[in-house]
Amino acid sequence: MRRSERDNALSQRRITRRGLITGGVQVAVLGGLATRMHFLQVTEADQFRFLAEENRINIRLIAPARGEIFDRTGRVIARNVPSYRVTMTREDAGDPEAVIARLSQIIEMDPDAIETALEEMRKRRGDIPVTVADRITWEDLSRVAVNAPALPGVTPEVGLSRIYPLADDFTHVVGYVGPVSDYDLSKIEDPDPLLRLPRFQIGKVGIEARAEESLRGKAGVKRVEVNAAGREMRELDRREGHAGVDIQLTLDHMLQNYVQARLGEESAAAVVIDCDSGDLLAVASAPAFDPNLFVNGISTTDYNALLENDHRPLVAKSVQGLYPPGSTFKMVSALAALENDIITTEDTFRCKGVLEVHSSKFHCWKRAGHGNVDLNRSLRESCDVYYYELALKTGIENISAMARKLGVGLGFDIPMSGVKAGVAPTKAWKLRTKGKEWVVGDSVNAAIGQGFVLASPLELAVMSARIATGRSVTPRLVKSIDGVEQPTGHGASLGINENHLRVVRKAMFDVSNHTRGTGYGSRIVAPEMRMAGKTGTSQVRRITEAERRAGVTRNEDLPWERRDHALYVDFAPFDNPKYAVAVVVEHGGGGSKAAAPIARDITLQALYGEDPPLSAYPAKDHGRIRAQQKRLRELRPPPPKDRPTRA
Amino acid sequence: MSYLEHTVKYVPTGPRKLFYLNWPITLLLIAVACLGFLMLYSVAGGSYSPWAEPQMKRFGLGLFLMVFVAMVPIYFWRNVALVAYLGTLVLLVLVPIIGDVGMGAQRWIDLGFMRLQPSELMKITLVMFLAAYYDWLPMAKISHPLWVGLPVLMILIPTAMVLQQPDLGTSILLLLGGGTVMYIAGVHWAYFAAVIAAGVGLVVAVFQSRGTDWQLLNDYQYRRIDTFLDPAADPLNAGYHITQSKIALGSGGWTGRGYMQGTQSRLNFLPEKHTDFIFTTLAEEFGFLGAISLLGLYALIIFFCIITALSNSNRFAALLTLGVATTFFLFFAVNMSMVMGLIPVVGVPLPLVSYGGSAMLVLMAAFGLVQSAHVHKPR
Repeated sequence: MRRSERDNALSQRRITRRGLITGGVQVAVLGGLATRMHFLQVTEADQFRFLAEENRINIRLIAPARGEIFDRTGRVIARNVPSYRVTMTREDAGDPEAVIARLSQIIEMDPDAIETALEEMRKRRGDIPVTVADRITWEDLSRVAVNAPALPGVTPEVGLSRIYPLADDFTHVVGYVGPVSDYDLSKIEDPDPLLRLPRFQIGKVGIEARAEESLRGKAGVKRVEVNAAGREMRELDRREGHAGVDIQLTLDHMLQNYVQARLGEESAAAVVIDCDSGDLLAVASAPAFDPNLFVNGISTTDYNALLENDHRPLVAKSVQGLYPPGSTFKMVSALAALENDIITTEDTFRCKGVLEVHSSKFHCWKRAGHGNVDLNRSLRESCDVYYYELALKTGIENISAMARKLGVGLGFDIPMSGVKAGVAPTKAWKLRTKGKEWVVGDSVNAAIGQGFVLASPLELAVMSARIATGRSVTPRLVKSIDGVEQPTGHGASLGINENHLRVVRKAMFDVSNHTRGTGYGSRIVAPEMRMAGKTGTSQVRRITEAERRAGVTRNEDLPWERRDHALYVDFAPFDNPKYAVAVVVEHGGGGSKAAAPIARDITLQALYGEDPPLSAYPAKDHGRIRAQQKRLRELRPPPPKDRPTRA
Repeated sequence: MSYLEHTVKYVPTGPRKLFYLNWPITLLLIAVACLGFLMLYSVAGGSYSPWAEPQMKRFGLGLFLMVFVAMVPIYFWRNVALVAYLGTLVLLVLVPIIGDVGMGAQRWIDLGFMRLQPSELMKITLVMFLAAYYDWLPMAKISHPLWVGLPVLMILIPTAMVLQQPDLGTSILLLLGGGTVMYIAGVHWAYFAAVIAAGVGLVVAVFQSRGTDWQLLNDYQYRRIDTFLDPAADPLNAGYHITQSKIALGSGGWTGRGYMQGTQSRLNFLPEKHTDFIFTTLAEEFGFLGAISLLGLYALIIFFCIITALSNSNRFAALLTLGVATTFFLFFAVNMSMVMGLIPVVGVPLPLVSYGGSAMLVLMAAFGLVQSAHVHKPR
């Protein structure tokens, strides 16, 4: 392509002119940059000169005090204590080995810890302080401070560490904190600079983890002048952060302690809920462990012992454990049938000890059969055949809907770790999760709380409270955050016919107070405190026909892990329900023997708010209860002395 | 006179071309790179690894690349400009699909032997394309809206894609670099006046709208602006870099603390001390005199580029040289302004000094184009 001379001349003129203009602009910008350089490095240099002589400015984070956790009475469950430690910065130390050797002559140090610290210093960036001695005494700290000139790069530090004064009692609810791990950091999108502080503690499980955002607070900043050895010379200015907010729980530390102690070394869980507000007064899981072990990093031996224990102390069974609710589910089936007008309260079924459905045999726990059974008796004596018949008429969808209405399968969102939802199975559910069609036998099993039905102790307590009140009571674990009261779980009416509820409650009352009731042995005799309850025994395994013939059905003859789970749910007082309780004893055997006494003791303790008088117990139990009260009193936490409680 | 018209006898051929390289520019580039090696050696605490040694190797490769590009006749580069631009665009499209994620942004394509950053390449191929475009376009059409719209689109497409990565620094460089080439080529000044006015208006609108119902930016974006305007208010997060780098610069004084004696930058107050913030180390250790010397070296490179461009009657060669010079200028001007707290931190390296492979090689290739324009200048 040829271009005209004119075009080229015009272009060249314009490029030359514009090029020169651009060059001029660039010269102006260069001038600006040079001026700025001069301003910063010469004019303003005085501002930095005194720092430039020997000192440097360092920005340090001020770790905020973590929010504390209190029970409903103001007793502190998790608080902070000053902790003293020594950190070391590789770059400032010069020769870390020599400095640490000198340090170990001044304070006692474990050779392993020295090796770990040196290793960490080699791995990390040179300007990052590494903790070389943690949890040292005030005397040791002072000794390090006095010898500071001989220890370049070594800094004695005062920090805060978490402590759980009530040890095991609240482990599963409150959880614990621990130093941030690389794994924790990798999971966080935009980590708070605080998390990069050496051994900064964050919540690992329980409320400590779930409420981490509120509890942690916001870092403050101080600008300090440090000398060539990295030692802080003086503070230039500081901007305080915000301490984490305090959290008050609905739990009562005395009751929680009692429940935890009463469960003892059983593998068990218990939940106490306030029928009016839904406040959880105790959420216990046994066995428990001391959360303080985890704060500084637990030893491998201790951790393995916890892991390998077949009673699974690390699991919060109260919310994470899902159990077939067994006969405690019969109220659900009964109410489902009543509400759908399948039966009336007077209808009876005949129990011959076994019911054949599609050539499968379904047995009642009472091999001889109950004879003619009405609703009251079916609950009182826990007849299974009655519910098999009921299931065939009512259908799983109705039972399931009632279960969810009463809280089974809802998995309430309380701020504990790993809260699980139980299962209120439906036909669609089975198809989705098992890939199989629903069969009638499944409904028959579900009606007595076996088969696919699963519930957590928390859900069972809620179920009991909902039956007691007819309202959709919802559990509440946090009473207030930073002094702000959280909404209660009082709940609106469930819309269940009050007559139906009354019949079921009366039957539950008879479970506990009728001489033929399955829970009669563990009744409350104080007239104004009498309770309504329901026993449950859920099979862990299927009883084979061979076993049935051989007669190996007694729990005592089985290894522990194959014995039945024992359950009990109750509410009391019957006339004006205040508290609902659920107890599950894993592999405890029968509900009436293993779970009911525990539930009764817990209920009484909650009702009286202290050790109940012996007169509240049946006369034959007095001796045993007296001994038990004496034993459990010794496990009680001492009254707080070092600081006042807050109301 | 266009490139078709030069007579071959005016142009050196064969190895003789080497004597016609623009030696002032070559020597200046070597000088700046050596300063970079010194600084990388220093920030590593007096060690060739991990930065100085690979950087030297790369610069050696870069010099070779520059000479190679310089030996190829300039009209070849003109002819491949469009293909190069489109090819880079394809690579940019590929980045989100096959690219690696680094530093929270997706910018790299792993070629096996090196990691390529297409956004770096785009800085040069965009300039090449625009130079070729205006070389082809008759002056009469140059300010016609249609013929202005096309290159604007060609600038905005890669800019938007780079902004997505996200890489604000590079997208600003693309926008300013491309715009400058259009300006130099001779597009009517009213277009630029309009764009500048609109930009100023937008800034005013952004600030005026704050706190009202029609607020233009998110709250966090306003906080970033606040941090820039007053870094002391948030010294730990975004303001940290600026505050620290000013302290480092300021403590350098007239003559600096001496080589390897810098404390601020060596003590890891600055996380990107070997890349974007390397200027602080230089300014701290060599003081104002050192910093102004580097600025002087850069200015000389620009100066020699402009000299050779304005004496070149080949339109493509002149535009390309000025475009490369402008891009180079924007590189160090943006980086220095950022480090000195004049503009927000946007992540642009200091050319030839900051540690980094893609940027260095692309820059050397770009100077190869400048050299080619010089060598094949119609004489």
